[in-house]
Amino acid sequence: MFNVTRRQALAGSGGVIASLLAPQRFASAAVGSTLNIAYNVNLPSFDPDVGPSSVNPTIQAIYRSIFDQYIGQKPNLGFEPGLITAWGWSDDKSKVWMDVRENVVWHDGTPFTPADVIWSIEREGKPDGGNPVSFIWAGIGNFKVDGKRITADVKQYDPVLFKWMAFLTGYILPKAYYEKVGPQGFEKAPIGTGPYMVDAYEGNAYLRLKANPKYWGGKPAFETVVFKFVPDATSRVAEIESGSSDVTLEVPYEEFDRLKSKAGLKGVVTPISDIAQIFITNGGVMDDKNVRLAMCHAVDKEAIVKRLLRGYGVPIATLEAPEYAAFDPSIKVAYDPALAVKLLAASGYSKEKPVKFTIQTTRGFKPKDYETVQAVVGMWRNVGIEADIEIYEIAKHFELRMSHKLAPAAFYNWGNAIGDPTTSTGFAMFSKSPHSAWHSDDLDAKIGPLWGEKDEKKRIDGWKAVDRYIAEQGYILPLLQYAQPVLYKSDLKVTPNVSGALQPTLISK
Amino acid sequence: MLLVTVVVNRLAMALITLAGVAVVVFVLLRVVPGDPISMMISPGASPSDILALKAHYGLDAPLLTQFWIWIKGVATGDFGTSITLHLYVTEVLASRLPATLELAVLALVVAIGFGGGIAIAGTLMRRTVGETAIDGLNSIMLAVPDFIWALALVLVFAVALPILPLTGRIDPDLAQGFHSRFYLIESILTGRFAVAGNIVQHMAMPTLALALPLAAVIVRLLKQSLKEAMLQDYVLLARIKGFGELRLVLQEALRNAIGPTLSLTGVQFTFLLGGTVIVERIFSYPGIGNLAIDAVINRDFPLIQGLVLLFGLIFILINIGVDLTVATLNPRLRHG
Repeated sequence: MFNVTRRQALAGSGGVIASLLAPQRFASAAVGSTLNIAYNVNLPSFDPDVGPSSVNPTIQAIYRSIFDQYIGQKPNLGFEPGLITAWGWSDDKSKVWMDVRENVVWHDGTPFTPADVIWSIEREGKPDGGNPVSFIWAGIGNFKVDGKRITADVKQYDPVLFKWMAFLTGYILPKAYYEKVGPQGFEKAPIGTGPYMVDAYEGNAYLRLKANPKYWGGKPAFETVVFKFVPDATSRVAEIESGSSDVTLEVPYEEFDRLKSKAGLKGVVTPISDIAQIFITNGGVMDDKNVRLAMCHAVDKEAIVKRLLRGYGVPIATLEAPEYAAFDPSIKVAYDPALAVKLLAASGYSKEKPVKFTIQTTRGFKPKDYETVQAVVGMWRNVGIEADIEIYEIAKHFELRMSHKLAPAAFYNWGNAIGDPTTSTGFAMFSKSPHSAWHSDDLDAKIGPLWGEKDEKKRIDGWKAVDRYIAEQGYILPLLQYAQPVLYKSDLKVTPNVSGALQPTLISK
Repeated sequence: MLLVTVVVNRLAMALITLAGVAVVVFVLLRVVPGDPISMMISPGASPSDILALKAHYGLDAPLLTQFWIWIKGVATGDFGTSITLHLYVTEVLASRLPATLELAVLALVVAIGFGGGIAIAGTLMRRTVGETAIDGLNSIMLAVPDFIWALALVLVFAVALPILPLTGRIDPDLAQGFHSRFYLIESILTGRFAVAGNIVQHMAMPTLALALPLAAVIVRLLKQSLKEAMLQDYVLLARIKGFGELRLVLQEALRNAIGPTLSLTGVQFTFLLGGTVIVERIFSYPGIGNLAIDAVINRDFPLIQGLVLLFGLIFILINIGVDLTVATLNPRLRHG
């Protein structure tokens, strides 16, 4: 029990007041070896393989700081050895092999072994284990270990398996430690093999990490990294402007332009693996190809990027961004309002007799999402398309999309940090995917065979052909590739990451 | 004795109210669009994958079964496990509530002190330019909502004059060695005044943002009540006895004028607690308000249900507390 005398109370008041008047230390936030990051999302859970956080792309930068993935990923989306140093398929694709990195230790000092790899894949592959992409991991089994090499049988061939090992839920957790402390114990004291170790955590406030001196990739540049969870964009601007944080991201473009040239600050904007698109759901007027193509040709994407996003973004014609494996620059969908008018006229529509439908969008979920849709609707109106805007929450979007009940047009952003066409065009357009909006047999017939295509060149060429077909049919309206603004103190060096993950390991002095 | 009966009755009513709240929140969450599975399911998942994930979180059972399992747990203090945090809901709420309570109570104290002070000053300066100035200032305070105050405070005290920390509850370096989650109270009681000062610095802006609108309400009501009290015969008698103006206000008028203000402050305190949701978000303050936003975004059903019940319980307890305080201050109500 606490006993407080009047004298103590008075002394306490004086002490508190004195400490309130003490000089602030904001100006020296970057001093020493501490990196303060004003981060745009909260970290709800430390388990990178289970639950909603595990598939949240924005949280991956934090997970990658604490844990290692099977396979690493470079800032340009290329792949590199992670805890698996070499990997591959047998010639007939019936087996996989993986070489496990040696001389790696967990944060508690115990050795990392092939058993951790096998246990992690099996845990991730359990259909009722809470992993949202368990079907990926369940595709291999019957593991065998020979020295540092693991082999496994392929139960369901997936050409993207190894890319997923650098993607969502592709993290290796410590078997022995996890089994000892259990899921809740792990949440309270997580350990990994990553460059940083968890030192302190306060949900919705901050996560403090300490450098892992035994990290296999060399000691990190900063002794301490503090992720401050600042979901409010105005507060992030204030954090970097006041000097309280050394780095921040995803600030409004107007604020980015204002602050990037301010003394002591620098800024970088990089196109990332996140694109804005308008889903088209089949049925009603959307079954008319002329209407769909008119929607696509009526939109001036360049103007949206230049005027609305202050030039930060890349107009796109397909669901493949330039950094993706199946990007084909020869596929173009021209801005041609005259053609749009002609197409609509062929179906009996005009400015006087417009085609009418609803378009759904979020507001404030992505930069200028609502404003972008407003601009698109304005451009459509000029050619004879009248769309009513309906605002919804992102949760509603997911549910409607899963039940194929989206409005005829629906704005959405689609991330694809491994840049493979299956995780962009494939999942967005194949009717069997719970998240596709356009369902048609002609498209399924083209996509279906590509899921199991074993020849990589044929596979990628196949997806390019699918993208071309989609563009010709107007089955979706891709708008632009988002660009991520990062502001940082000028004495730092920041390597932009196309995946959008602002990892402390990509920041140095 | 009468008070005890009233309290028992009110607590019984509270249980019935909470049961109603439980039903409403459970049904509402299932009716409004968006569920946790659709928020996390991968695009490549098959219907059986989706079913398996639903089973993992117990969302595959019929609604009545889900409700029965949940309500049975609630009756034994088990509110389930948070889908996003992977921790017991009771544990999460217990760890976050102290932060919000410290913030809300400090805001209440500031609001009462600030609002009460201005109301008394306004009463002392009645029919002067000073009163007009106070009324004008109060109108502004009344018109500006808490989140606007929050943004204005950020601009002034975090950007223009960076003298206050913007986010969090405490500097991470100082957040060690606590035995409870009541950081401010514990640091003061254990003599860690530098730490307490740091916490107060972090709380200053969110506290002010929450306190100013409530202070404005207190000023308006208390000042009006004081003005009316100052016209009463007992005040006139005291004035004839030679009491000074300040003594008249503090000693004679205030005791009788404070009842309505106290009742309304209790009600307004519940609004203040509601305001913590946005204010905690702006200042990245780790309380239940900030937690509630994440829970809603992620459709974390068990956590939302737990939060709504907790908010409901707090509101009921506040109302009971206010009624008891007013009754204690006013003997007529005690026996009425």
